[in-house]
Amino acid sequence: MVKKSAERIYLTLIFLFLYLPIAVLIVLSFNNSKSRVYWGGFTLKWYQKMITSPTIMKAFGTTIIISLASALIATLLGTLAALGINAMKKRNQTIMLGATNIPMLNADIVTGISMMLLFVRFTRLGMGTVLIAHITFNIPYVILNVLPKLRQTSKYTYEAALDLGATPLYAFFKITWPQLRPGVLSGFLMAMTMSLDDFSITYFTKGAGINTLSTMIYTNMRKGINPEMYALSTILFMAALILLLLMNFGPSAKREKASK
Amino acid sequence: MRNLKRQLFAGPYMIWIVGFILLPVVMILYYAFTTSSGSFTVSNVLTITHPIFFRALLFSLKLALVCTLICLVLAYPLAMILNNMKNGSQGFIVFIFILPMWMNFMLRILAWKMLLSNNGIINTILGFFGLPDLHIINTPAAVVLCMVYDFLPFMVLPIYNALARINRDVIEAAKDLGAGNITIFFKIIVPLSMSGVISGIIMVFVPALTSFAVSDLLGGGKVLLIGNIIEQAFTQDYNWNLGAGLSFVLMIFVLVSMTLVNSRDTEGGANVW
Repeated sequence: MVKKSAERIYLTLIFLFLYLPIAVLIVLSFNNSKSRVYWGGFTLKWYQKMITSPTIMKAFGTTIIISLASALIATLLGTLAALGINAMKKRNQTIMLGATNIPMLNADIVTGISMMLLFVRFTRLGMGTVLIAHITFNIPYVILNVLPKLRQTSKYTYEAALDLGATPLYAFFKITWPQLRPGVLSGFLMAMTMSLDDFSITYFTKGAGINTLSTMIYTNMRKGINPEMYALSTILFMAALILLLLMNFGPSAKREKASK
Repeated sequence: MRNLKRQLFAGPYMIWIVGFILLPVVMILYYAFTTSSGSFTVSNVLTITHPIFFRALLFSLKLALVCTLICLVLAYPLAMILNNMKNGSQGFIVFIFILPMWMNFMLRILAWKMLLSNNGIINTILGFFGLPDLHIINTPAAVVLCMVYDFLPFMVLPIYNALARINRDVIEAAKDLGAGNITIFFKIIVPLSMSGVISGIIMVFVPALTSFAVSDLLGGGKVLLIGNIIEQAFTQDYNWNLGAGLSFVLMIFVLVSMTLVNSRDTEGGANVW
């Protein structure tokens, strides 16, 4: 009994530690006064300011484009790579996976700097360089999600399909793909999350005038804090909450659990 | 023959590896070991022995160790409690403790900057109860606090996953053989969750050692970590060779410390998640 309540108290304390800062941000986003402490009445004006701010909206658009595009391209390249790696000899697999681990093990700041040093040699920093950098650190997450699924699939069903007269392409989409799909999907989602959250690598590979939300908030925060940022935090937190709820408890999650 | 054809699927990625993973590392090495005019030198790398830089490296190491330790001490009991919960509510409660990880990294820093500022909400509440103000903004304590907040889920998740994989039968067997709770904890639970602890340590220690954003925004320019020094070499002093030299040192440093931690863990980076 004592143990049980001690556990409860501990959970509550950690919960408060994790959520109080977010709760304060959310409350302040509706505060009519610019003060961080006093309540000046309810307002939506910071949300209005946020929506009409070209800086915030442009950074928002850039973030969405970069994270979607980089996750899509990384998923395509990474899934193909996993198929290829799986067909390789053990020794070559080790070499490929070793190279794949480099961006995951390196510190973000080192990855960012190393890519910047390469980019400025051959081209100008801009949207394209940020995209290439994001694809690079996203591919490993896709490979690490797809490869285990690929190893679980039996090659005999695929070969049986071929023996029964299916073309390799048909057999792939009828036999292999359905088994890979969950891995590809979670690789894509993880890649997108990483891309959305990245700061250091974007910071070094972006050109002047290009900002994702992370770098925009960073620049903004160095000058002082605007209440528009609280509004932005609230919106982003809600988006993450809804997305995660759908992923974990939505209809597709239930189906996956049922099929297990 | 068909097998060779299938290996070709990895072709585009191989080109990508050479162009965007290996070549950038070569670029760091090139800049690290040359002067601005292009002749060979080791002075960029040796700059780390300069007292200011060396002190920053040691200080980063200290902060990263403290942060990792606090995360571990907070996360292990949390992961155990989560793991022991009844199945019905478990999924949802784990979800609650993972959710903050999905909020943008910068916004989490923003929240703490606002809470800790001298006329911020924490000090107002303290003042209301007649307690003395808390002046930790622009000090290392604020940086550590925010890092713990940022990286705690990275420690909870792998430990929780490792604990969830422990077969209940093993614990039952130990009980049948007369082991007490303490024996079970140290002889079974701790060793079997070690892979998760190691993943967690790596996932907290590396970003804590190398980040520059938290110390920049919450340290008010007074907390100088190795990441800040490297960043300033590029963005303020435009001394790319020096920056690359220090990055090279940091890269080696991270690799060595990870090899040390990882020496018990054979799967390496594959189980980062």
